[in-house]
Amino acid sequence: MSVRRGMWSAGTGDTSGYGRIVREVVVATPAAGPLGSWYDSVRDRLATLVADPFVKVVFEYGELTFHIPREKLAEAMWALRDDALLRFEFCASVSGVHYPQAAGAELHVVYHLQSMTHNRRLRVETACPDADPHVPSVVATYPAADWHERETWDMFGIIFDGHPHLTRILMPDDWVGHPQRKDYPLGGIPIEYKGTTVPPVDERRSYR
Amino acid sequence: MGIEDKIPQGVVLTTLEGVFGWMRQASFWPATFGLACCAIEMMTYGAPRFDAGRWGQEVFRASPRQADLMIISGRVSQKMAPVLRQVYDQMPNPKWVMAMGVCASSGGMFNNYAIVQGGDHLVPVDIYVPGCPPRPDMLIDAMWKLRKDIVMKRPMAANEIAAFEAAEAAALAAPATHEMKGLLR
Amino acid sequence: MTAQHTDYYGTPGEETEGTVYTAMGGGDFADIAREQAERSDETLVINMGPQHPSTHGVLRLMVECDGETVKSIRPGIGFLHTGIEKNMEYRSWTQGTTFVTRMDYVSPLFNEAAYCLAVERLLGIEDRIPQRATEIRVLMMELCRIASHLVAIGTGGMEIGALTVMTIGFREREMILDFFEAVSGLRMNHAYIRPGGVANDLPETGIAQLRTLIGWLEKHLPEYAAFCNENPIFKGRMCGIGHQDLSACFALGVTGPVLRSTGYAWDLRKQQPYCGYETYDFDVITWDTSDAYGRFRVRLQEMWESLKIVKQVTERLDASTGQPVMIDDPKIAWPAKLAVGPDGQGNSHEHIKHIMGESMEALIHHFKLVTEGFRVPVGQAYVPIESPKGEIACHVVSDGGRKPYRVHMRDPGFNHLQSVPIQCEGGMIADVVVAIGSLDPVMGGVDR
Repeated sequence: MSVRRGMWSAGTGDTSGYGRIVREVVVATPAAGPLGSWYDSVRDRLATLVADPFVKVVFEYGELTFHIPREKLAEAMWALRDDALLRFEFCASVSGVHYPQAAGAELHVVYHLQSMTHNRRLRVETACPDADPHVPSVVATYPAADWHERETWDMFGIIFDGHPHLTRILMPDDWVGHPQRKDYPLGGIPIEYKGTTVPPVDERRSYR
Repeated sequence: MGIEDKIPQGVVLTTLEGVFGWMRQASFWPATFGLACCAIEMMTYGAPRFDAGRWGQEVFRASPRQADLMIISGRVSQKMAPVLRQVYDQMPNPKWVMAMGVCASSGGMFNNYAIVQGGDHLVPVDIYVPGCPPRPDMLIDAMWKLRKDIVMKRPMAANEIAAFEAAEAAALAAPATHEMKGLLR
Repeated sequence: MTAQHTDYYGTPGEETEGTVYTAMGGGDFADIAREQAERSDETLVINMGPQHPSTHGVLRLMVECDGETVKSIRPGIGFLHTGIEKNMEYRSWTQGTTFVTRMDYVSPLFNEAAYCLAVERLLGIEDRIPQRATEIRVLMMELCRIASHLVAIGTGGMEIGALTVMTIGFREREMILDFFEAVSGLRMNHAYIRPGGVANDLPETGIAQLRTLIGWLEKHLPEYAAFCNENPIFKGRMCGIGHQDLSACFALGVTGPVLRSTGYAWDLRKQQPYCGYETYDFDVITWDTSDAYGRFRVRLQEMWESLKIVKQVTERLDASTGQPVMIDDPKIAWPAKLAVGPDGQGNSHEHIKHIMGESMEALIHHFKLVTEGFRVPVGQAYVPIESPKGEIACHVVSDGGRKPYRVHMRDPGFNHLQSVPIQCEGGMIADVVVAIGSLDPVMGGVDR
């Protein structure tokens, strides 16, 4: 995803002597080969119900993630909920993640589904570019996603097409900006103590 | 057969200010203004262990129009700020404000976009209670300090007007809050 | 505004008939009042909250009433939005515990547990958490469950005028908080469960104090049943109120006692065990009325089940005295074994002596771990656990740094408040507070 150099956060001179440390950040390597347990059958079943549904399938930390293109999302969600072999009837959570480094797929929406019938959990992830932040709404499939999508719009500025009432939910209605995005500053004020000033936490130099 | 029998007859001389202050502090009602974690400790303040009913103060007035004290019990978000100010404005004079906990006093650990960095940006605060959240014991202590030192000694009539004018003159002469330096030494 | 969009909650064809009131949130009071003025019928538009004694904190309800019948109700949230999730992205992984504990402040230990389990999954140390640390976590969580249910029952009772339930509820809660204070040093907002284990061991008198506490709870918990279960006023206010059936719970993401009050025995402690819950003997409580009274009875009985677990874990803790409570990995474990010293401060004098007087390397290590923290491998994890309110889960994303890349807390109250319209519309306005009290939202968790 990106390459990091040195120990200190950007914007300040790295005086640590570790400037030649280079670390590559790789997010979500696609899984190769069979996954075992129920994971393969769910993946294959979705692939038969929806044509070409995956950008990639990731299996990390014992959790299965389907990266689904946004064009297929609504269709895939219907299938995941209604198909007798899938039956992910419960949408626990929708949230966003902002990866400003990932060109063309900066904004991710993460859905956590739960099958109570089969006692399985699944993560569905979809991405959209910052320039065109549109993702189809899944409220028609999962009414539980209603407020979660409003929160994701509020915090990340992702527009959920087809959402019945996409308004701000946590921030005041006239707020400018979407606070959880990485380009939005944390805010805060300098703290003065005993005559010296400590800058707000997002302006301090810190370890990566 | 109570204490009143032991008091000798006669005349007591005091100031009207003293009588009013004494009465004001004896019937001193907070508004129910629960915001966050501190609100739970504020409820505990009225519940059996700490039992504010011991000195007749367990009643929290549900309507700001019947309240004398606003306890800002918790973090004040940007969205809540106008509501807080409206509740304060609805309270009749004389009124007092207590900032309960570090979030209400200074923003506390939430130095970020969402939280107003202290209730004193919105309303004049009379007493600050530290802690995250403060124990009910600390709230009791603050309540008694507020009643004995501030409510009871509030000036009246011409004195009140003079005090207001002096406070306003001092506020006009004082630098703005963000210009104040080195106050925390 | 209300009439244009599709009503996903309605049956097909329903939306074309007249003015449609949907369960969707949003819309400001001014909008609703203006729409009402345009309609100019007998509907009353009432704003309730965010500062209202019966709304469980800073919840705002915009109600349209016909007489006393609720025609439409829309919850407004966000008045306690604290930016905790964003703030955590600027602090180390260990400091994150301090932030999450302030989300749902009535059950802080569940926030910490969900967060720490998620971080531990990313670190790959789930199997290496010491047994005693897991036992202490279970103990603290179950006691916290009792405390949270006491607040839910107590404030729910207070809001319908049964103040005694609230006062005795807080009396028992105080006893539990005393134990929490003895263990973690704080009554609330403990930051006690840390990635890798727990902050410190039980105090020497911990087990004895715990046994006293169990005795107290066994003596006093029956009072709630005696006061409330068959109280005609209590039943009259709660039976049949806030009805929400199983399919509505599924559709709106509702879990916890509200889901179990519909008769569905879904409890993550049983279905997807964590922290060794599969080794404890307890039952999942259900009720079959799907209403506020059912939720009250589920909570009441769950306190007894929690007490059962507390008793079992007490025996195990007695047996495991002296074992470590933090992972045996100096790269992750907090260096000092903190304890309340004679000066009243939570320092470890032995540790200070070691790093200040004996070992420069230990000082460097301490400094690096405390200021910089540990790094967590790249990836994301979602760990759900059963909080007193329902499924609380932590979605943690790491980019391999010393700080979280993104933390999202899935709070049950957030979902539960979505179901306020379905529970209240068509009912009486006085029943709104009963329905909300039975959902037990904590706004700190809802708004984060």
